[in-house]
Amino acid sequence: MKNNTRRGFMGKAFGAVAAVGAIGSLVAMKKTWDPLPSVKAAGFTTLDMSVYQENKLAVEKWRGKPIFVLKKTAAMVADQTEIQSVRDIVVDGAHYMVSIGLCTHLGCIPSYNANDKDFLCACHGGKFDYAGEVTKVPPPRGLDIPPFKIEGNTLVLGEKGPEYMKMKETGVTL
Amino acid sequence: MAHFTKATSVKDWLDQRLAIVKVEKVMASEYWIPKNINFLWAMGMILAVTFSLLLVSGIFLLMYYQPNIDTAFYSVNYTIMREVDFGWLWRHVHGVAASVIFLIMYIHMFTGIYYGSYKKGREMIWLSGMLLFVTFSAEAFSGYMLPWGQMSYWAGMVITNLFAGGSLHADGLVEWIRGDYVPAQAFLSRFFMLHVILLPLAIMGLIGLHFAALRIPHVNNQDGEEIDFEAESKKYLAGDKAGSKVMRFGNDFMSKDMTIVGLYLVFFFYLVFYNYGFAMDPVNFDPADGLKTPAHIYPEWYFLWSYEILRPFSVDVGLIAFGFAQVIFFALPFLDRSPNAVAANRRGLFAIWFWVMLVNMIVLTAMGKLPPEGIYSTIGYVAALLFMAQWLVLPFITKFEKKV
Ligand code: HEM
Ligand code: FES
Repeated sequence: MKNNTRRGFMGKAFGAVAAVGAIGSLVAMKKTWDPLPSVKAAGFTTLDMSVYQENKLAVEKWRGKPIFVLKKTAAMVADQTEIQSVRDIVVDGAHYMVSIGLCTHLGCIPSYNANDKDFLCACHGGKFDYAGEVTKVPPPRGLDIPPFKIEGNTLVLGEKGPEYMKMKETGVTL
Repeated sequence: MAHFTKATSVKDWLDQRLAIVKVEKVMASEYWIPKNINFLWAMGMILAVTFSLLLVSGIFLLMYYQPNIDTAFYSVNYTIMREVDFGWLWRHVHGVAASVIFLIMYIHMFTGIYYGSYKKGREMIWLSGMLLFVTFSAEAFSGYMLPWGQMSYWAGMVITNLFAGGSLHADGLVEWIRGDYVPAQAFLSRFFMLHVILLPLAIMGLIGLHFAALRIPHVNNQDGEEIDFEAESKKYLAGDKAGSKVMRFGNDFMSKDMTIVGLYLVFFFYLVFYNYGFAMDPVNFDPADGLKTPAHIYPEWYFLWSYEILRPFSVDVGLIAFGFAQVIFFALPFLDRSPNAVAANRRGLFAIWFWVMLVNMIVLTAMGKLPPEGIYSTIGYVAALLFMAQWLVLPFITKFEKKV
């Protein structure tokens, strides 16, 4: 009897030590899988907006991701509905569609057709219009807009300017 | 204390220390196999042999492969394929085996389903088998990342994005899995780790569990007959070999099993030498480029059926359907409410269920390969709905099945 309680206690004591060790190792393992600080600090991209041509898609790169920049023609701007135009980024009087060039479904790069003025994602057939709004599923929402800040005629990606914060608050982008 | 005597032979020396005579009996000559089975019961052995081929070829590939995003592609496509003597052999063996092992696994699974070998004490065999299937899927996917070609990169992008859970937007989880915002060095290194050590260890453990699960119920037979292995093996050992319903695993049954393995290996090496192309995607002969998606992204053929279940729906419904398809086969022993563990052709409605399931999975596979347009979208959509409906009706049709 006496022996039993002693063994029971030893068992519990070992269990407690093992549990602490197990939790500690799980934390260490989780943290080891985290993106490294150097990756997270990966910088900012500055775009000179004066170089883009109208209705011609340019693809830039930010944090390893493709960034679509599409300068809209006057007709394209005029044709837009309210939902489309709130997505516009206006730099120096010109209207741009700037978004992360990865389909919001599963991340393929949609391709732009300048004649039809729309994007087709070949992976699962999703479509977006020239403002980046989704027009055919499976993508659940329009193309995401990266954090940006307008500085003169340049656009700094990665910094959050007032125009970006407004889009985020009103749910225009995630 | 154990008592050791002067050994009379090498065998006796070993036997005193390792009980090899006893072990041989337990593992081979007195492990009993029913006589009433056919070539489909050789699939398990073929799987074990194919897995060994993967291990051996993988070890040789590891001698030159470099898990670095700048050099991985060339270490495979140039160093291994052109410089290393016979490097191409290991690569083709590895690629062909990775593809063919899924074909055999599907045959093995459908054999199990057809003969009802997943119930009446065989549930653990089925569950451990499904765990093997899932782990093999992860193993195949992680291996596919390693050459760091276009398909590696974009398949890695698309599949890791699934973990964002659609509207849940768990982007943090996706970035955690990748170790970066996009698949990059951290991603390649960790999938390399998974592919060469963690998952193979898990697979070997699971194969051990799968075999252990077979010991008590033994393998099923063509008639689903409940054999009294105790009585039948006594009969065999007493000399009535012809009258007994069972035979020794080693070497009697093994000799038959290995005949089929031999035929399989002829076919396998025919593929390795003359027809390896199907196992090598042409798109993956372009190095990874994060700014260019290939025109069509499709997985290897063995994932196409579940991919097609994801595709026709909006993102959330698609993910739920896909998740359902991934796990539902685990539930088979519990959704099948009938007490019959016999061949499907004697089970009435279940026979129809079986063949529709098999054909539908082939249809889903074919549609998954075709571009998601027009009539193909529609066929894929209907087939995906049919797949789910079949699982929903399974408990009902089996509940009312007549006992045979
Ligand atoms: C590498 C993977 C696998 C290996 C090495 C393997 C190996 C084996 C072996 C050697 C047998 C006994 C011989 C036979 O009946 O074929 C067996 C039986 C069995 N396996 Fe697997 N297997 C694997 C994967 C699977 C999978 C994915 C499933 C399905 C979920 C599965 C389900 C079964 C069932 C139900 C049996 C019993 C068959 C019967 O009793 O007649 N196995 N396996
Ligand atoms: S990734 Fe674009 S539609 Fe699926």
